[in-house]
Amino acid sequence: MADENYNNGEVITQVRQQIALANAQEMLSKMTEKCFRKCISRPGKALDGSEQRCITQCMDRFLDTWNLVSRTYGNRLEREQNAMQSENALN
Amino acid sequence: MSDFENLTGNDKELQEFLMIEKQKAQVNAQIHEFNEICWEKCIGKPSTKLDHATETCLSNCVDRFIDTSLLITQRFAQMLQKQSSGGM
Repeated sequence: MADENYNNGEVITQVRQQIALANAQEMLSKMTEKCFRKCISRPGKALDGSEQRCITQCMDRFLDTWNLVSRTYGNRLEREQNAMQSENALN
Repeated sequence: MSDFENLTGNDKELQEFLMIEKQKAQVNAQIHEFNEICWEKCIGKPSTKLDHATETCLSNCVDRFIDTSLLITQRFAQMLQKQSSGGM
């Protein structure tokens, strides 16, 4: 167990890569699910032009939405933290 | 964090890194959850950009979802408390 052959930097880089990959996969699968649901109402023999256009727009709006949600949540966390800090300062 | 307890002292760097990444992953998972819920609530047919009303809907959605979650958690805790003190 005390074998220190590995190097922390390498482990950290690997973990970072795995996390990035997992995040991208998660994003991809959510995006596919949501945009399929929005854009393909009745699946035909092929994706037609308007379905493809819808999917492209849907992907872009999905990312916009994700960024906005992320920002809003970040702001909220910050506000809650400030509120907790000033509450602690009063006590 | 109990998951990382068995790491030895000079793995502190690794330990800290993993703790931070764990927190980041939790925040990220939370964003995914909000995104999922608010996408369904606010987005109709995808268009060329998010309009102002949709943006307002999305940010209200996130804040009201958090409010709802806090309110329900508080009230649920009260209910459990009442039940356990009343049941004795």
